[in-house]
Order: sequence, then structure tokens, then C-alpha cells
Amino acid sequence: MTEKKIRVLVAKPGLDGHDRGAKVVARALRDAGMEVIYTGLRQTPEMIAEAALQEDVDVVGLSILSGAHMALAPRILELLKANGQENVKVFIGGIIPDDDMPKLKEIGITGIYGPGASTDDIIRDIREAVTS
Amino acid sequence: MSEAVLQTQPILQGNRLALSRLLTQVENDTAEGRSALAELFPHTGRAHLIGVTGAPGTGKSSLVNQLTLHYRKEQKSKVAIIAVDPSSPFTGGAVLGDRVRMRDLSGDDGVFIRSMASRGSVGGLAQKTAAFVQVFDAAGYDIIIIETVGAGQSEVDIARLAHTTLVVEAPGLGDDIQAIKAGILEIADVLVINKADRPGVENTERALRSTLELAHPTRRVIHHHGRMMTLEPPPAETALWIPPILKTIATERTGIPELAEAIARHKSHLYQSGDWSARDRARLRSELDAVLQEALMNRFLNGSHREAYEQALEKVIRREWSPYEAVRGLLNGG
Ligand code: B12
Ligand SMILES: Nc1nc2c(ncn2[C@@H]2O[C@H](COP(=O)(O)OP(=O)(O)O)[C@@H](O)[C@H]2O)c(=O)[nH]1
Ligand SMILES: [Mg+2]
Repeated sequence: MTEKKIRVLVAKPGLDGHDRGAKVVARALRDAGMEVIYTGLRQTPEMIAEAALQEDVDVVGLSILSGAHMALAPRILELLKANGQENVKVFIGGIIPDDDMPKLKEIGITGIYGPGASTDDIIRDIREAVTS
Repeated sequence: MSEAVLQTQPILQGNRLALSRLLTQVENDTAEGRSALAELFPHTGRAHLIGVTGAPGTGKSSLVNQLTLHYRKEQKSKVAIIAVDPSSPFTGGAVLGDRVRMRDLSGDDGVFIRSMASRGSVGGLAQKTAAFVQVFDAAGYDIIIIETVGAGQSEVDIARLAHTTLVVEAPGLGDDIQAIKAGILEIADVLVINKADRPGVENTERALRSTLELAHPTRRVIHHHGRMMTLEPPPAETALWIPPILKTIATERTGIPELAEAIARHKSHLYQSGDWSARDRARLRSELDAVLQEALMNRFLNGSHREAYEQALEKVIRREWSPYEAVRGLLNGG
């Protein structure tokens, strides 16, 4: 039997064009042996939930540097749940003010990362969340 | 992991989450995946399988996006897309990016896109791509488009799997003789020159045509010693299919209806010539062979006959048995 691969969707929701971080993270996860599905820019929450469903991913990673995370994240969680994918772990990276972090954790975001976050930490946290 | 048997009924009824989860089980070759595949198998054999191959960057994903839009609009066919990208040979990880070019297809329940990492398999497909095709076929997808890795050299697997294989070229991608090898043309049912907005289309077309002439001799009129001569092609048993050459601009939707038409013509040709069932037979045979090979190897390498295998290997190393004698001994031994 083949070993189960961790599958991660890396998406850029909203109109935010900052894609360096998403690409850095995608490559780091690949180098850690994960299969990363990269959706590209300007994804609506609906597109992200649909891709997560079709790809049967373990993790959805959102990269948001535009400040729109408080609108986008809850909507994406809601759609994942509506599709029967409430077990999918959602991670967010980008520009997230400290004040918003507890609120995001509360609605069910598993991990939050800002500028300069170590990709080793991200990899470790994803592995931990998926195998727990 | 749960021991529960996967229900195939929801998949036959169009439940997308069940379908997606089964694909994962199949990809990981679990017992549940295998038994579900067996249950679904009688429901397969209806879909038109279209392969899309060609070097990276020629526009395969963009073309798949456009073709699918066309099929959804003109025929209302349900379309499944399997997009294969390479796994890193060092880490086993992969970045699968074909969806980036297929954003127009989101929000349509008649389309299902699944990305697949090659997971160490060579030949442009993943080991489980054929099994994915069976799942989509049983789930009622009329058209299944398979985009290969497109590494270039050994893309023959797709021709074995698909009914209709598109080979995509683009101007300026080293298209002089090197890239347009007879090998890749032999697998082409339809040739596409994408990026026809780019300079050098004529060169690409000329190179394709001359290679094509070598592979598929046709009736030609030539000048010979000042006289017109007609060369007849060798007589053929059935009507020959000569791969047409189509020019497209995937980013501007140019040439897409014509491409869809060429694919439809190839499909009717397959039916009329009897090649449809011949290809079906060849494909299922190669799938059966692959499974048989794997099962036999597993029996001796991981299974009940492991010890007999090790003993036979020792005898071969001591030069007591040749490899042929060893295999005869192993197979006769059970
Ligand atoms: C480079 C940059 C740009 C480049 C972007 C190039 C590109 N293609 O990405 C350019 C010049 C185009 C640009 C434009 C703009 N920018 Co700018 N930009 C930056 C800058 C300086 C660095 C961002 C970056 O690339 N960092 C490097 C990467 C590797 O880091 P990262 O993205 O943070 O990713 C790390 C973590 O966040 C995390 N992570 C990120 N994504 C993910 C995803 C997952 C799943 C996980 C687990 C982790 C994770 O891990 C990564 C590794 O550590 C930031 C300031 C800053 N210090 O962050 C401003 C910044 C993001 N930009 C900003 C702004 C306002 C803009 C503009 C609106 C400016 C304007 N008025 O035109 C435009 C908008 C562009 C657009 N279309 O959206 C603001 C955003 C303010 C806010 N959100 O409140 C910032 C914060 C600057 C500031 N202090 O004002 N920008
Ligand atoms: N100029 C031009 N660019 C195209 C055309 N088709 C695709 N592209 C671009 O070529 C790049 C590679 O396309 P993609 O579909 O990902 O190619 P693939 O690697 O073969 O799947 C992308 O930047 C596309 O936007 C075309 O007809 N003309
Ligand atoms: Mg592609």
C-alpha cells in the first residue's frame, strides 16, 4: 500500500495580488513531501471550497495580505462545512493584526502566520494537525 | 482509518464528495478503493477519453479549459479533467498548478477537475490515472480529458489510455526537428499548434507537416524530371486517419470549435473503422497486464512466497540456477 500523502490547497482569496508568500509556502510544503494544489490569484470563497472538494485535500492554506481576512475566512469555513468537509484544517498566512488572531482561532482556523514566519514551523504544524 | 466499505451508490448518483474521497482511496491503493473500483467497473466503457500531451508551457491546461467550456456550452456533456504533474524525485512532493489556467470552469457542477501527482511513475501519467478514468466513467462523465506531465520523451502511455490523443506544439519552443520527433507524432490523433498568435507558426507547421508525411504517406503530386507524377499511398485495409493539424490561440478562444470538430471526427472515425473497440480491448489488456504483473511481483516480494523467492535468488547467486530456471521453479512451486 502506498503511504498516504498530505494534500494541501494553497489559495489566494480576494483581489490581493501579493503572491510571493503563497509561492514560498507552496514550494516549502512540496519540499517537505506534500502534494500542493496551487489555485493562483483572485479566488472567491466559492472557488476555494469547490477546489478543496474536488481535490479532497487535508488542508486549505489561505494567503491574505489585503486585510480582508475577517470577511473571507469565515465564509470559506462555512462553505467547507456545507460541503461536508468540516474536517479539513484551515491555515492562514499574510498580514493578520494581533487583535484578529483570537477571533480567527475561535471560528476554527488551525494556524496563523505573519511576515517572517518559519516554513519549518508551518510544515511541523500542518503535519501535526493532519495526523492528530 | 475506518474499516467501513465505501458506498458506491452515492457516486453513481452524482455525489461529488463521495467521488472525490473514492479517488483518494484509489490513488492510495487501499482495500476500500479496490473493492469500490470492482463494484464500479461494470458501469464503465461509455466515456470518450481525450488525452492532451505536449511539452510544458505549450498551453495544454489553457486548451483543456477552453475545450471544456466549449463542450459545456455546445453539448452539455459532463466533463472530468485529470491533470497530471510531476512529483519531485527527491522529496516525493509536488506543486500541482494546472488549475490556475482552469478558473473559468469553477461554479459548474458538470465539471470535475482533479490534480494528480505522478508519484514516481514515468511515461507522463501516474500509476492510478487509468483507475481514475474508470471512476469518472462510472460516475457518468461523458468526456474525460487527461492532461499529461508533458515531459516529452516517453508519452506513449497516454496513447494507450485515450481514445483520442492531442499533441500540442507551440511556435518557438525548439520546434526544429528535435522536439517534433516522429515518436510523439505516432501517438497523435490530432495535432494542435497552440499560441498561433506567436511568430514562427509557419515554421512549426512546415516541420509538423514534413514529419507527418514520413509517418503517414499520402497521395502526392510531385515534379520528377520535368514531368508530373502521382505517387499513390500504399493500399490500406481500412480508411486511414491522417492526423489533422489545427491552429489555436487558447488565451483568445481562437480555433476551439474547429478543434472540437476534429476531435468529433476522430471519434466517428474510431466507430466506423472498428478502432473504438480495438482500442478499448488494447487498453483493458494493458491494464490487466499491469495488474497481473504487480500482483505476481507482490506475491513473491511481499506475499506468501517471499521465502521461496529468497531461496531461488540465493541459488541464482551461487550459479546453481539460471534466472529462467529460478522463475520456472517459483511458478511451478505454486
Ligand atoms: C512585496 C510587496 C508588494 C509587491 C507584491 C509582489 C508580489 N507579487 O507578491 C507589490 C509591489 C506588487 C505590492 C503591491 C501592493 N502592496 Co504590498 N507589500 C509587499 C511587502 C513589502 C512584502 C510582501 C512579501 O512578498 N513578503 C515576502 C513573503 C515571503 O512573505 P509573506 O507574504 O508575509 O509570507 C510569509 C507569511 O506571511 C506566511 N504566509 C503567507 N502566505 C501563507 C499561506 C499559508 C497557507 C501559510 C501557512 C503561511 C503563509 O508565510 C510566509 C513565509 O514566512 C509587504 C510588507 C510586508 N513586510 O509584508 C507589503 C504590503 C503587504 N503591501 C501593502 C499594500 C497596501 C500594497 C498595495 C495596495 C499598495 C498600493 N497602494 O498600490 C499594492 C496592492 C497590490 C495588489 N494587487 O494586491 C500593505 C498591506 C496593508 C494591509 N494589509 O493592511 C503591506 C503590509 C505594506 C504596508 N505595511 O503597508 N506589495
Ligand atoms: N500567447 C499565447 N499564450 C498562451 C496561449 N495559450 C496559453 N498561453 C500561455 O502559456 C502559458 C502556459 O500555459 P499552460 O496552459 O499552463 O501550458 P501547459 O504547461 O502546457 O499546461 C500561460 O502563461 C498561458 O497563459 C496562446 O494561445 N497564446
Ligand atoms: Mg498544464
